[in-house]
Amino acid sequence: MYRYDEFDHAFVSARVDQFKDQVERRLAGELTEDQFRPLRLMNGVYLQLHAYMLRVAIPYGTLSSRQMRKLAHIARHYDRGYGHFTTRQNLQYNWPALKDMPKVLDELASVEMHALQTSGNCIRNVTADHFAGAAADEVADPRPYAEILRQWSSMHPEFSYLPRKFKIAVTGAERDRAAIQVHDIGLHLKKNATGEIGFAVYVGGGQGRTPMVAKKIRDFLPVEDLLSYTTAIMRVYNLNGRRDNKYKARIKILVHETGTEELTRQVEAEFRVLKETDLKLPQKDVDAIDSYFAPPSLPVRPEGWSELAAARKADHAFSAWVDQNVTPHKNPDYGVVTISLKPIGGIPGDATDAQMDLVADIAEKFSQDEIRVSHEQNLVLPHVAIADLRIVYDLLLTDGLATANAGLITDIIACPGLDYCALANARSIPVAQRISERFGKPERQSDIGELKIKISGCINACGHHHVGHIGILGVEKKGEELYQISLGGSGDEICTIGDITGRGFSSEEIVDAVETIVDRYLEIRTDKEETFLTTYRRVGAAPFKDALYSEAANAA
Amino acid sequence: MSVKVLTANRLTDGEAVWLGANGEWLEHIDGALIARHAEAVTALEEAGKAAIKSNLVIDVNVIDVEERGTNLYPLRLRERIRQLGPTIRLDLGKQAEKPKATAA
Repeated sequence: MYRYDEFDHAFVSARVDQFKDQVERRLAGELTEDQFRPLRLMNGVYLQLHAYMLRVAIPYGTLSSRQMRKLAHIARHYDRGYGHFTTRQNLQYNWPALKDMPKVLDELASVEMHALQTSGNCIRNVTADHFAGAAADEVADPRPYAEILRQWSSMHPEFSYLPRKFKIAVTGAERDRAAIQVHDIGLHLKKNATGEIGFAVYVGGGQGRTPMVAKKIRDFLPVEDLLSYTTAIMRVYNLNGRRDNKYKARIKILVHETGTEELTRQVEAEFRVLKETDLKLPQKDVDAIDSYFAPPSLPVRPEGWSELAAARKADHAFSAWVDQNVTPHKNPDYGVVTISLKPIGGIPGDATDAQMDLVADIAEKFSQDEIRVSHEQNLVLPHVAIADLRIVYDLLLTDGLATANAGLITDIIACPGLDYCALANARSIPVAQRISERFGKPERQSDIGELKIKISGCINACGHHHVGHIGILGVEKKGEELYQISLGGSGDEICTIGDITGRGFSSEEIVDAVETIVDRYLEIRTDKEETFLTTYRRVGAAPFKDALYSEAANAA
Repeated sequence: MSVKVLTANRLTDGEAVWLGANGEWLEHIDGALIARHAEAVTALEEAGKAAIKSNLVIDVNVIDVEERGTNLYPLRLRERIRQLGPTIRLDLGKQAEKPKATAA
């Protein structure tokens, strides 16, 4: 893992001191709220419905056990005993007091963490594949490049007041687990024909009120040009992005209005100017960052496979968990474990302080002291020996963390929604809970297979509903919650925005509507191997609309 | 009939509060100062501006409520949730102190 150097420590410490002073001046009345709001937002502090909210950055979703224990400690001492892992691989506390914020930031700094650039019109926390450095299908670890981007973008004087927020995601495998095509910049780490590492560069993706899939503007960018090319994109955006209308200010609108060809021309022209400047990455600097992410030295553990076979035979629930929540590792003696934060009927992404401590203990003993946060609001133990799966499972079971549903219909993404969020129009979490309960039986989930439901409580789409196989958007209509359904969205390498089915459904109707869609899928799939998304792509929206609206019409 | 009250979040901890008939900011909607006509609403808005200036509260808003017996019932779900707490965690927020209430 990356460790702070002296500069990093001094930088974060100075920022904590600065914010401490700003909070004191605010509480003393020396700063007005209008003056203070942009300052608190730069430090990750929002105001929500019931209290302030602090969003903590977890760069590329990577945590050590020590850091996770600190997050648990903060939850226990400054919040209400839990935290919420978000779709941007961050953690949000829902109840901290303003007067405590400097102390919380001090605590975070003590474990090399902060809340900088988790809000505001700047380059936000860079996200990456949550299986980085572990997955069997990976070409190269994306985290060193995410870290280089983090360092470059932190307090970047030219890019701290952009037209709008800016999100970058990096993936290192053909299978896109980081949803790079719905980011402002998506980087796909790959090898060219001669075996060199570089990036395919995507620009102008995003969700929100105008969802768009990013356009590929470079098929292969050498690593040494990462910062000069990214700077070129940022300059074109910073100069030409709209500042007159916040709903048209994201780079996706600029790409759309300019046209991909012309925008690419502008970026390439800017890049030619920057290419041979000091933005060019020296190999020794890349190597230095790379060394922090060197693969752990994993002991040979071949005994695991026979032990696993026996354990699976003896316990069906354990076997189902291995099938669903363990992914192949680069090292055949190891697996990548997804810890579901989606217990049946639970709150997606929430973890108690005790659960965080438990995960930290398990990671320390059984996963090389590493934990990941996924944008799907789960946790990941990236390096678990096959021989240790049983004991890890048993430990997770002790605190409700062994739900065998990764990628299934109950592994639902949901934003905080109107239960917490000041921007929301409708609740998300209770809908997720009711769907989870409806489909919670293991046999039923297994029969349905891979199906990603994503729920947002407003058009800002923090719950990624546009790329849900089934997406649900909550709106407010005539004082009531109403839920609009979209189908066929996908955030992976074949990225698509879902199609809206038609009129929305009330809170009482929405779970039945989802069940109607699922039942229709089960009727028309060619066989069990054909997933919901594949079926949708084969047959289109018509059979589902027919089921939804003709049934509704019949009922009426 | 819909009437109006003034609500905000307390500066120090973000707690949802309502302007009381006694001029204090209250942690519960009971006892909130009720505006029944346009002049009274204007007075509420002025009180809100003054409270912002005195740095007691932030995010001040006049909201619609209905008088139901002795209770005040906010018309928007958003405000009912602010009044009580998250509907998914009845152990948190003001509802944890007032078990009889329901938010939605």
